[in-house]
Amino acid sequence: MNWFLGTSAGAMCASVFYPVIRYLVPPDIPEAQTSQMVAGRDGDLKPNEGKVFAFGGQPALLIRDEDGGYQALSATCTHLNCTVQYRGDLKQIWCACHNGFYDRNGKNISGPPPRPLDSYKVHVVDGDVVVSKS
Amino acid sequence: MTTRERLAAVQEWVEVRVGISQLIEMGREKKVPLHRHSFWYYMGGMTLFLFGIQVGTGILLLLYYRPSSGEAFESVQFLMTRVPFGWLIRSIHSWSANLLVFVLFLHMFSAFFLKAFRKPRELTWLTGAVLLALMMGFGFSGYLLPWNTLAFFATQVGTEVAGRVPVVGEFALRLLRGGDQVTGATLTRFYGIHVAILPALTTVILGAHLLFVQKHGMSVPPQVEADAERAGKPLGSYPFLPNFLLRDAIGWCAALGVLAGLAALFPWELGEKADPFASAPAGIRPEWYFGWMFQTLKMLPPHILGFEGEVLGILAITLGFIIWFAVPFLDRTPRPGNRVTRAFAVGGWLALLYMAVATAMVYWPQ
Repeated sequence: MNWFLGTSAGAMCASVFYPVIRYLVPPDIPEAQTSQMVAGRDGDLKPNEGKVFAFGGQPALLIRDEDGGYQALSATCTHLNCTVQYRGDLKQIWCACHNGFYDRNGKNISGPPPRPLDSYKVHVVDGDVVVSKS
Repeated sequence: MTTRERLAAVQEWVEVRVGISQLIEMGREKKVPLHRHSFWYYMGGMTLFLFGIQVGTGILLLLYYRPSSGEAFESVQFLMTRVPFGWLIRSIHSWSANLLVFVLFLHMFSAFFLKAFRKPRELTWLTGAVLLALMMGFGFSGYLLPWNTLAFFATQVGTEVAGRVPVVGEFALRLLRGGDQVTGATLTRFYGIHVAILPALTTVILGAHLLFVQKHGMSVPPQVEADAERAGKPLGSYPFLPNFLLRDAIGWCAALGVLAGLAALFPWELGEKADPFASAPAGIRPEWYFGWMFQTLKMLPPHILGFEGEVLGILAITLGFIIWFAVPFLDRTPRPGNRVTRAFAVGGWLALLYMAVATAMVYWPQ
């Protein structure tokens, strides 16, 4: 009798709490995978300047080198997910949240970031700066 | 029937149904110990008073606030600039939140150093520690609600910290953010947490905490007990009602004055609207009570013994909280001269010193 009542009570609790817990965790909504996009027009950025842009729902960083070439990297700091910025005065990428530094190629060089930033390919096509993932 | 008679009739009606005179008698019989550390007894009442201010001003803010990423910032801006006394209500809410956490820290550390957690008050300590966690949860969830840049990145980092906890991290991160990123879904979720879930939990835990305080009375520090015993004199006390409550009320009036002064002289800033695709601005930092954790994560090197520095840091902080919660079960028979008691007292001072120095470093000009 005790076993029957205990099992019934347990099943009732499970039937109440399971849907609640599933409800609290949001469903996986796969975002449209953007593997390539135009980040701007060639010449919008001055040499030794950078800008953050949205790339497939994530912030990315486009840097114009002093020789006119481009670098594109993920702008999400590998430490705790803040959005980094390019510091022309230091010629480095800086995360203001915990004072982490990366070089222009995204290599972590000082502060707490444990890994380099992901890098993307950049091509200039008909005056557009096109950034693509691998 | 004269007005006086009518009032007496109403009083009699209420008395029969509620029994107010019994409650007053109970308050008169309740004694508060009087000794050199009695001042710290006022911290609990002060925390409760400031929590009451939070509830009152929070309800008023709800009347204008709109919990969506498209409207939250604008609704707070409207409240601050167009609604009569809107700036005052929001500033008092923000300042009072900070004072509340500060007084709560005083309350907790005084209970710790005066050994108020010892038998039979273990559950009073535990419910108090849970209340502290809940208040910090209020601070963290409320910080995002104006949807400004500072709040956006504080939430980004704070939720990421939860996400780095081994095993449960990913689940916790999605649960908190309402998705993989900090978005409008996070704002709506934090709003629900701030105005419904945390208040409901606080009501239950606060009720239990007050019940335990009422049941066991105020704790007398072991050193004071030992001194009184040695001197052969019984410890003095005075009634809760009216003596203690009136002194409490003086503190509350002073706190209200301080809050009004702070709100009028330093209205709480709104900042700039959050842009999920902007870089984190220079000088970004969390609220002061999260400062020591922020600074710890900032100072740790990228790798320690093959592990990522921040993961070890987060584990160490979690372990620290677990030890703090378990204090009554680790320092079981605190008395002057006991080795464990002395170790815990030294540990407590070191923890306090570390928190103070790390917090100061956050505000130290670089």
